[in-house]
This record gives sequence, C-alpha cells and structure tokens, in this order.
Amino acid sequence: MNTAQAGGGSRSSRFKWLVPTLYIVFLMIPIYWLINMSLKTNTEIVTGFSLWPNNLTFDNYKVIFGDPTWYNGYINSIIYVVMNTVIAVAVALPAAYAFSRYRFLGDKHMFFWLLTNRMAPPAVFALPFFQLYSAFGLIDTHIAVALAHCLFNVPLAVWILEGFMSGVPREIDETAYIDGYSFPKFFGKIFMPLIASGIGVAAFFCFMFSWVELLIARTLTVTEAKPIAAIMTRTISATGVDWGVQAAAGALTIIPGALVIYFVRNYIAKGFALGRV
Amino acid sequence: MNNKPFDNKAWFFVLPVFILVAISAVIPLMTVVNYSVQDSFGNNQFFWAGTEWFTEVLNSDRFRDSLVRNLTFSAIILCIEIPLGIAVALAMPRKGIWVSVCLVLMALPLLIPWNVVGTIWLIFGRADIGLLGFTLAKMGIVFNYGQSWLQAWIIIILMDVWHWTSLVVLLCYSGLVAIPEAYYQAARIDGASRWKVFRYIQLPKMQRVLLIAILLRFMDSFMIYTEPFVLTGGGPGNTTTFLSIDLVKTAIGQFDLGPAAAMSLIYFLIVLLLSWVFYTVMTNYGMDAPEKREVES
Amino acid sequence: MAQITLDQLAHSYLPNPQNDADYALKRIDYVWEDGGAYALLGPSGCGKTTLLNIISGLLTPSGGHVKFDEHNVTHLSPEQRNIAQVFQFPVIYDTMTVAENLAFPLLNRGIERSEVDKRVGEMLETLDLTAKARRRAHGLSADEKQKISLGRGLVRYDVNAILFDEPLTVIDPHMKWQLRTKLKELHEQFSHTMIYVTHDQTEALTFADKVVVMYEGEVVQIGTPEELFDEPAHTFVGYFIGSPGMNILPGGVDGSTVNVAGKQINVGKRYPKTGTNIEIGIRPEFVKLTESAASGEVGMPMTVHSVEDIGRYKIVRGDVGGHELGAVINESDSVPANPVAVFDPARINVYEDSHLVRGQI
Repeated sequence: MNTAQAGGGSRSSRFKWLVPTLYIVFLMIPIYWLINMSLKTNTEIVTGFSLWPNNLTFDNYKVIFGDPTWYNGYINSIIYVVMNTVIAVAVALPAAYAFSRYRFLGDKHMFFWLLTNRMAPPAVFALPFFQLYSAFGLIDTHIAVALAHCLFNVPLAVWILEGFMSGVPREIDETAYIDGYSFPKFFGKIFMPLIASGIGVAAFFCFMFSWVELLIARTLTVTEAKPIAAIMTRTISATGVDWGVQAAAGALTIIPGALVIYFVRNYIAKGFALGRV
Repeated sequence: MNNKPFDNKAWFFVLPVFILVAISAVIPLMTVVNYSVQDSFGNNQFFWAGTEWFTEVLNSDRFRDSLVRNLTFSAIILCIEIPLGIAVALAMPRKGIWVSVCLVLMALPLLIPWNVVGTIWLIFGRADIGLLGFTLAKMGIVFNYGQSWLQAWIIIILMDVWHWTSLVVLLCYSGLVAIPEAYYQAARIDGASRWKVFRYIQLPKMQRVLLIAILLRFMDSFMIYTEPFVLTGGGPGNTTTFLSIDLVKTAIGQFDLGPAAAMSLIYFLIVLLLSWVFYTVMTNYGMDAPEKREVES
Repeated sequence: MAQITLDQLAHSYLPNPQNDADYALKRIDYVWEDGGAYALLGPSGCGKTTLLNIISGLLTPSGGHVKFDEHNVTHLSPEQRNIAQVFQFPVIYDTMTVAENLAFPLLNRGIERSEVDKRVGEMLETLDLTAKARRRAHGLSADEKQKISLGRGLVRYDVNAILFDEPLTVIDPHMKWQLRTKLKELHEQFSHTMIYVTHDQTEALTFADKVVVMYEGEVVQIGTPEELFDEPAHTFVGYFIGSPGMNILPGGVDGSTVNVAGKQINVGKRYPKTGTNIEIGIRPEFVKLTESAASGEVGMPMTVHSVEDIGRYKIVRGDVGGHELGAVINESDSVPANPVAVFDPARINVYEDSHLVRGQI
C-alpha cells in the first residue's frame, strides 16, 4: 500500500527528527573527539584545549603506518576475524538447514545448548582456552583466536540463519528435488541465493562480535597474532601516555567496522527481526 | 506449523557445529569443573577439594558484592537503554535517504573494539584533555571518576548507553518497519490516540525483537569486562569491580584456580538462570506462539 | 449514513503530474447513493484502492472534492469522516480480547461504559462470536479476525460508510462464501452504504447492487451486474466480466448490418455512421455451434482448437476467419465435426475505439 501520509503517528510532531538527530550527535561527539586528538601533536593535546586541531598533523598516523608491530596488529585482527566469519557461517549453514527443515533426536536440546554458549562469559573461558590451545601448540596463531570466537559466533550464526531459512517455504526444496537437483546443487544454486541476505546478516554479526572482542583474543596471543586492540596498550611508556598515537590507533579501528556497516546497511535492521527465539 | 519431517540423518548437518562447539565449550568447561573441585599447592599437584570452593565463593563478601554491583549495573542500563532505544526507533524516519544515514551512524559504536570504546571514554572524560571532563570542570564541577565512585558509575553507564543503545534501536526499528500500514490506518479510523497506537499496536508487534534486545543486553552487560577495565580498572577501590573483572583478577592476577573455577561455574549458572527467567516471563506475558509472518501487498 | 459525492476527483502519487499517465486516478464524478451496496471491480493497479483510500480519508486527492451529503470532507481525517474500513489483511489488536477489540473504537470516542457493553454484547451476537468474547483475538482464525475488524466498524451505529479493501483475500475458500453471505445479511440489517473493492468478479457481482468497473485509473462502467453482462460499455468490461470473457472481433457496421469475419449479419438496430476502428463483441454464451446454419441465420465456419470441460458446460476455443473465438455449449452437447458458428443477432455489441456504440431500434 502506498499511502502518502504513511507512518505511525506522522502527524504527532514536526520535531520528530530531533530525537534521532540528538541521539546521533551524542554518539558522534566522543568519536569526533578521538579523531580530533589523533590529528594533534602531543604538545597541543597536553598544553592547550581546542575543539579542533590548530596544527593539523598526520604524524600520529605516520607512526602507525611506519611501524610493523603497529600495522601488523591490524592485519592480525583482520585475518582472524575473517577466518572466524568464514568458519562460523560455513558450519552454521548446514546446521541451520537441519534445524529449519527437520525434527531429529534431541533437536530442541541441541538448539538450546548452542544458545547457552552465547551466554557464556568470555572471562570464564579465557583461562581454560589458554590451556586447551597450549596443549595443541596453537597459542599465538590466528586460527586459535578464530576457533575460540566460534564459541559465541557459531550459535549466533545458526540462530540468525535458521530464522531466515524458516522464511523460505519448504515447497521450494521439494520442487527442486522433483526437478532432479542433487542436494549440494540445490543448496548452492537455489537455496543459498534465496537466503543471501540472511548470510550477509549472519556474517555481519560474526564479524562484529569477533572484531570487538579483546579478552579472549589477547589471552590467546603473544606477538605473532596479537590484535590491534591489544597493541594499543603499548603506548603507555616510561615517558607517559602517547595520546596522539593512541587516538590515531583507535580511530583506525573504527574504519573496518564503518566499511562493513556501509555495505550491509540495508540488511542490518532485518537481521534479528527474522531470527527466531 | 509443526509438520517438519522427523529424520535423524539431519544430525549429519549439525555434526560440524556440534564438534566445533563441543571442543570450544565442553573441554574448557570440563577443565573449569575439574579445577573447581580440586586444590593445588603448586608443582601441578592437585587434591580433591569437594565443594569447598563453592562454599567459599558463595560465602565471600567479595563475590556477593560483585554480584550485587553487576545486577545493579544491568538493571540500570536496561532501564535506560530499552526505553531510549524504543523512543529513538519510534522517531526514526521510515523511508528515504535518511534511513541509511541514521542506520550507518547509529551502528558505528557497535563495531568499535571494546577496549577502544573504553579508551574513547577514558580520553573523553578526563578533565585535562577530554571534552566532557573539561566542560564540566569549566562549569565548576570537579569531575574525577578515578576518585569518586558515583562519577565512576555515571561515566561507565554513560559509556554503556553510548555503546549499546543502538543495538536496541536497530532491533526495535526492524520490528517497527515490519508492521503493515493497514494497522496504522485502522487505528486512525478507530480514533486511537498516539499513545494507544503505541500501546496496542507498536509494542505488541515489537515484543519479539524486544525480547531479543533485553536478552542480549542483559547477557552482555552481565558479562561486561573490557570497557570498565580500561576506563576505571574496577576502581576507585572496588566500586566498579563487576563479576568478570573480579574473576579475571582471581584467576590470572592471583592464580587462585580453584576459587576462580568455582566462581566461573556459579557465574555461568546465574547468567543461564536469569536469561531463562527473562525468556519465560516475556513469552508468557504476551502472545505465546511466534507469529506467522504477515505479508503486505 | 450518508450519500457520498465524488466531484471531479483525481489523484496522482507524483508531486507534479505532467500528463494523463502520471495520474493513478483520472477524473471521476459519481454519486454513491445512501445505503447502497457497491463493488469497485478491476485488475490490480487500476486505482481502486486509491479511490477507496480517498473516500476513507487515508489519502488526500490531488484534485476535486469528496462530499458526505452536503459536507465537503476532502480535507478531513478518517476519524472525522466517521467511516469504517476493513482491510485486505485482518487488522486486530493482538493483545486485546475479542470483546475489548470491539469496545476499542467506542471507548476512544468517549462513549459511556454501560452503553459500550450493551453494543459490544449485541455485536458479538450478530457476528456469532459470543462464545469467544473473552478469548485473546490473536489466536483466532482469519475469518473470525476479519469479522472482528468489520465489527469494530459496525458497533459505531452512525458510521457514514463501510469500506472493504479485498477483505476475503486471506480467507479459506470454504469460508469465503459464508462470510460474503454474512456481509449481505448485515447490509440488509443495518443498511449502511458499503463500498467493496475486489478484483474477483464473482465477489463483486454477488455482493453489489451496482458494480463500478475501473481500468487504468478510469471508471469505465457503472451498472448492475446484468448491465455489465449484457451491454459492457467498454471492451475491457466485456473481457473482464464473464467467464470466459466476451469475444471481441474486428469488423465494421453499416446501418443495421454488421460485418464480421467476412459475413454480414442483420442486427435489427440502426447504427449512426461510425468511424474506422470498429470491433464486434459477442459473449461466448450467445455463440451457437451447429452442423449448418438454418435459414435466416448467418453461419461462420469455425476451426476448433480445444474443448475444455468445466462441469456444467464446455468451452470451445477456435477461430473464424483467422480471429479467435470462444463458444459455450451445454455439457451434454458435442462439438459438430465441421462446426459453424452462429451469433445471436440481438446480443451483438458494437464498439468504436473500445467504447460501446448504441444502435437505435
């Protein structure tokens, strides 16, 4: 239906736009302050107080891009986040299909047990994870972090995908079999495109929770796979805190997230709405 | 709706997930259980300790205090974030370019690593270099969250609201845009007030996403570690030491594996129990069965 | 209850409509009589929902006026117009009980509790929902939900009109008939003005006293079901109404003689001198298939392509002189080996530029 005066209570107020606007301003000010500081010299940060940089400088960013321990942190983070996203979605796809299409022994218990893992505090698992991955000699590798993050991302991916798959009528599966499609061919050629947005949403949330998590990532890494977020603590040195570089490093961690959001912006809102409880 | 065929072969599809999660969850959990019932005097020598650690943890003021702090914190942020999130979602535009702009900007804090969130607020709140601290200082308010427990709580809550309200907004918004236009039209014809439209149409239709929002926000706020750790380190004193911070201090700081393990298990059980309570209460209060999705023409 | 007048009504969803094609609704002038049962019939996207929303006040037209009796209501909101509307998908308030749903519009209007209870009780009786009054509306079936949405309109005794927007879309087939009967019954009981939008001709023809057929934003014909069947004003109406639709063949007319498929048929009516774009319309029901034409009849040899048996009758499809033609024969009859199609001269309609041309007797 395409009515001109659409929307719930659009008559209610002409100033409705103020609420989201104020909220966004509230969100943006601290981020602006971080970027503002990253573009100042340390002297300017400590001695003067200004709402924008008086001596615009990119030196803080040059420090990060000139030092491999810094920029490797980004590469490490992105490597394990992508690995985690791929693994989580890949194993969640068949499982979600099973949950959405079949009943089987212990299905409900299994689904609930999976979800309980989303409720496991990372602090509880940090130490046992360290011991487990030590035993396999996996400490300080990307795959260790990627696998550890599966603990909470796989249940989430199964949950979201199951919701999307249940929205696809089962008749489509049956028609495909009648048309002589084998299961892998049906899944890849027909089913996956139908739930493409679901896969996008699941991947987005896996990316998000793996990218922002620090406790486990830091526990499982020493130097080789250390995430950028953990390296930031380095800026506290004998001479005090290097605020400028820390702000620049922080500002750079926002970029990958911002890019991902931009690409999935049309799906974010649908993500959880279609997931079933 | 429950006409799915019964087929145990479906287990093969679930097997990869089962193995992966079992390795990631069950083995570490067994380790925790193992520690929780043993005592160690170093040199990897362990002795059966029975339920000693559990009794000790449950009777310790330190654990109870952390638990109370954490429950208070979760309650406060739920009371702020859920209504605020609903209000922002209600006021958001429904179509046009501004929808994307709002969604992208609002989702931004959700994708910032948690320690960077802590750092942002650490800087922002400082009286010497931070906008918030500086402004308050100019107004004659002494703002030092390193000294005052109240101010420490205020800034942590502010940070959490800043960080997570958007999740509630996005969820509620997705629930709102799914309401067919005819509901609003019918309400106008029935002469319903703005409040009644919210109470009898929007709120019931958002119930499912609100349940998800409350569950996620409760679980995550109850497990919060990194942001307050970076911002206050649990201080001043122990006033912002939440369960996770306490646990990591015990386990890694003091290496008291037995009590830490017992505490972990109790902690995990509390999260499970409270999540279950939320889930049961909310699903029983409103409509029970998940709704058949309605199609709009 | 009121008489509804549409005065030079037009609507476009675009801010600055340039030409005819930009209008979802082209100029309409019409008066809906008080207490009448009308159906708005047309294919999807023909503008019927737009027209309905303009009457209910959910849309403000870009041009023209809507009048209820003598009052201009063009710029009034739906609640000020005091109308009721039933939508395609049942709209109910999930968290309320059935009785609360029915009381909702009354309580919103500040009617006293005792009066509300009395009316809700009556309405539950009328709709056969008394047993379920205390049930939560959420769990009911689609047809019961649709009855509740209708009931929310009927409890307000004074509604000016009740509008229906394809209300049977999501109702199970066996319940459709029941609900339609109930609607008819309620119309007789309360004699509200009812406007019923549908794309289903059976629904329209059984429900309404008068059917308004719309096509591409225009009203092409308003008439009783019989008029629509006998004398479609537009080839679209002929084609759209009836199953199968009317046969439309290119042809010509000269005085009282119609030329079609190379034959001349005397129709007994005189037609004024007409233009070049002439078509002949004949309903399949009035095409007779015989072995050979009797004296006085004009027979056209027909090539048969297919015969569909649909129970009480058969549809024969084929062509005469290269033009497609359908005919309806009795179930017991069989198609002759070399059939000849004979048109009933009295039932032949003549169209110029798709519009009906009337002959004089």
